[in-house]
Amino acid sequence: MTSKNSKVIELEQVVIRFAGDSGDGMQLTGSLFSDSTAFAGNDFATFPDYPSEIRAPQGTVSGVSGFQIHFGQKTVHTSGDLADVLIAMNPASLKANMRWVKEGAIIILDGDTFIEKGLEKAGYKADPLTDGSLSAYRVIKSPISNLTKEAVKHLDIDMKSTMKSKNMFALGIVMYLFNRELELVNKYFERKFKANAIVVEGNKAVLAAGYNYADTIELFSTTYKVEPAPLGKGTYRNINGNVATAWGFMAASERSGRPLFLGSYPITPATEILQELTYYKNLNVKAFQAEDEIAGIVSAIGASYTGALAITTTSGPGLSLKSEAIGLAVITELPLVIVDVQRGGPSTGMPTKTEQSDLMQALFGRNGEAPVIVLAAKSSSDCFYCAYEASKLSLEHMTPVILLTDGSLANGSEVFRIPKVADLPSIVPPLAQANDTDYQPYKRDPERLNRQWAIPGTEGLRHRVGGLEKEDGSGNVSQDPMNHQKMTLLREAKVERVAQYIPEQEIIGSPDADLLLVSWGGTYGVMLTVAEKMQKQGKSVALAHFRYIMPLPRNTADILGRHKKIVVCELNNGQFVKYLRMTYPQFKYEQYNKIQGLPFMVAELEAKFNALLNQ
Amino acid sequence: MENQMIETGVVKLTKEDFSSDQMVKWCPGCGDHAILHAVENVFPALGIPKEDFVVVSGIGCSSRFPYYMNTYGIHSIHGRAAAISTGVKLANPKLSVWMITGDGDSMAIGGNHFIHTIRRNIDINLLLFNNKIYGLTKGQYSPTTPKGSKTKTSPQGTYERPFNPGVLVIGAQGTFFARTLDTNPKAMTAVFMEAAKHKGTSVVEILQNCVIFANKTHELITSRETRDDNQLFVEAGKPLIFGKEKNKGIVLKGSHFEIATIGENGITEKDILVHDPYTEDAAVHTMLATMMPPEFPVALGVIRSVPVETFDQAMMDSIASEQAHSTIKNMDDLLRSGQTWEV
Repeated sequence: MTSKNSKVIELEQVVIRFAGDSGDGMQLTGSLFSDSTAFAGNDFATFPDYPSEIRAPQGTVSGVSGFQIHFGQKTVHTSGDLADVLIAMNPASLKANMRWVKEGAIIILDGDTFIEKGLEKAGYKADPLTDGSLSAYRVIKSPISNLTKEAVKHLDIDMKSTMKSKNMFALGIVMYLFNRELELVNKYFERKFKANAIVVEGNKAVLAAGYNYADTIELFSTTYKVEPAPLGKGTYRNINGNVATAWGFMAASERSGRPLFLGSYPITPATEILQELTYYKNLNVKAFQAEDEIAGIVSAIGASYTGALAITTTSGPGLSLKSEAIGLAVITELPLVIVDVQRGGPSTGMPTKTEQSDLMQALFGRNGEAPVIVLAAKSSSDCFYCAYEASKLSLEHMTPVILLTDGSLANGSEVFRIPKVADLPSIVPPLAQANDTDYQPYKRDPERLNRQWAIPGTEGLRHRVGGLEKEDGSGNVSQDPMNHQKMTLLREAKVERVAQYIPEQEIIGSPDADLLLVSWGGTYGVMLTVAEKMQKQGKSVALAHFRYIMPLPRNTADILGRHKKIVVCELNNGQFVKYLRMTYPQFKYEQYNKIQGLPFMVAELEAKFNALLNQ
Repeated sequence: MENQMIETGVVKLTKEDFSSDQMVKWCPGCGDHAILHAVENVFPALGIPKEDFVVVSGIGCSSRFPYYMNTYGIHSIHGRAAAISTGVKLANPKLSVWMITGDGDSMAIGGNHFIHTIRRNIDINLLLFNNKIYGLTKGQYSPTTPKGSKTKTSPQGTYERPFNPGVLVIGAQGTFFARTLDTNPKAMTAVFMEAAKHKGTSVVEILQNCVIFANKTHELITSRETRDDNQLFVEAGKPLIFGKEKNKGIVLKGSHFEIATIGENGITEKDILVHDPYTEDAAVHTMLATMMPPEFPVALGVIRSVPVETFDQAMMDSIASEQAHSTIKNMDDLLRSGQTWEV
């Protein structure tokens, strides 16, 4: 299909925000548009923004669900600051999203919902369509609800199901606006509703109706096209952070030869990792939905003792519940990966909003001296590599690893260049050999300081582990004072030595830039965007973005020591900066913190960094 | 080599194969010693290679058990042995997993894992040492301490209603429950053998004596003077008869148990209820588990043993079926499945 009634303008990049009631299917609409974007060859990143209630009161601002996509013909690192196009399915979604919209943006509305009742529910005192408050925007008011009904009139579909498909009418309009093919979406309907031909037909009809409506009534004088991004040669797919995390573990399992065991309990926004792994029994994945967070991690420790690549997945509150068990994995020196998909806290906090506020908990949230490796993924697709690397470090160094991701990485998706498993680094766990007469449970490798892994069922290696302090070497229970000091230092040194097995910290920009931007985890995309933008403007900034938190890369002090100013940017109240102040007290740190459950915006960071440069 | 030996059953194991070199540090006179000996006698008799046993425990006096067995073992954290055992069994269903726990470990802090492990029917053997007291922390009441008992945390007597572990097991849809005494090694060994044979979560409650903090808590059941009238050994297909003269029996009156004397009021052995541990119906099993002196004798032996699919078997079947049908055989296949595009 090509647009006939409008001229086509080429754009470098676009941000679209889909918004509607939480039952309106906006997440699906957004992800279908993402698939189409991938197919069009653009680079992109997405960000879902939805309430924690499944169906908050219909038509109210608290029930609005949004999905933002940023795509372009250049590399895209963030889901975008402000939207060029907003799709608002009702007054509440318009009201909730106006602050995310650029001046001059196109706003596509379902005009049928802008009636007195809808406006009242949304808390509008006057109709925004007539009171002039939208005069700075290009408002496209379409009778989406009524036209959806018309589109399926000929089919035997009840009213409820009909209204459920009005998101596809809106999608049809957007597909027209960006000159996209409908074929891909139609194929999705065929797959998804295989068993129900009438639903397939209905959705196809509504999607086409939206597209044709935009064309026929010349809704837009211009439509847009974003040329493919110059991605490197390879096979690509669209992936979100949770799926990437799950797949990273599966790849590590295959490469290490250790079967994958997940013990987990549903918790937002980590649940999808559990769901994803339950699919892959064909790849011998054992995903166990436990009775609680504690049983999730503890069953994983049992599986780890038994020779599995054992993992548990959770979010902040669940990590709190798991802390005693992490201590058990520390003292038994067993491999275990704990994924914390961070969300707004404390307590239940803001379950569907993103935050980086579990860093201190990951580093220190246990009784006793209980060091673990801490990694933080930098993007949705990096979750794959972080899960893989967390597994490698845990298995090879025989120590628990906490992998921090966050809500925005977990649900956000981006283009992922598919690797070959054989090209991933090897993973060689220190397995004890059957009938090794020299085997001792706590005999250590002199380099890594890890003990060996003796797996039940192996002849000649029967041994006990447990939560009581053990004598170095023999592994017998020991309350000897000097042994406890020795073991404490050994466990610490074992984690610190990992610094010799991870890469040096990278710096993007001049190693002597006036201002060093420091960040960690899920904020990489926006930090990189700002850094590159300011560097292009000739500003003396460089970026050091950390994926390795514990231990820190061995050249960290060298990097920090070469700048006039350092600013540490985090979506929390300053946890990484406190950690750096503690670890490298010789440097002075500025900080920029945002604790709103939302990602950074390019503009706010730019303003802060310019102010620091001009001081 | 190892596998061949297993298949042909050439390996003859003895108690010594399972004795550890660690000093056993339970109090002299503690019931745990007798249980350890019984387990050491049972393991070599099961025809399982010694490398295939894993003994798992939580925290408490009983939970030191894995250190005293020469097997693979994990002494974990308070209340979590059931979850550890679950992970061990699911990671390798071929292993023979024995969980050692106490009334504090499993009835209180580990209650959630206890009931869910039983509900799932994971194929492990769970030995519950019930001494009705917290021993390792020196004498606080537990969830099985009789109401009114004076302990360190109930100086005026407890006002908590205690759990009956058997009723809890059956209520959690347990497939196997047996009860035994630390003072009767022969019966204990027999019950452990039955537990090992049962596929599913086999719970054995061992009425065990803490000589220090709750000495003689099971006195009515175990003392020479009263035991014959207070112990009823249940056996599949046999009438529920007990007493010094073997002339008392359990009869069902309406929906209640009553004790009848054979030879009195026209009662013959035929009137006595016959034990059927294999029936799925939990009603009579619950009544048997509930019986307590002085009103009734305590039921000992296998009270319930119902064949139900185990979680681990169901999981393995599901994996086998998926592996047989899926076209995705490895990660490279998966990564390239669904919607991908070439650049």
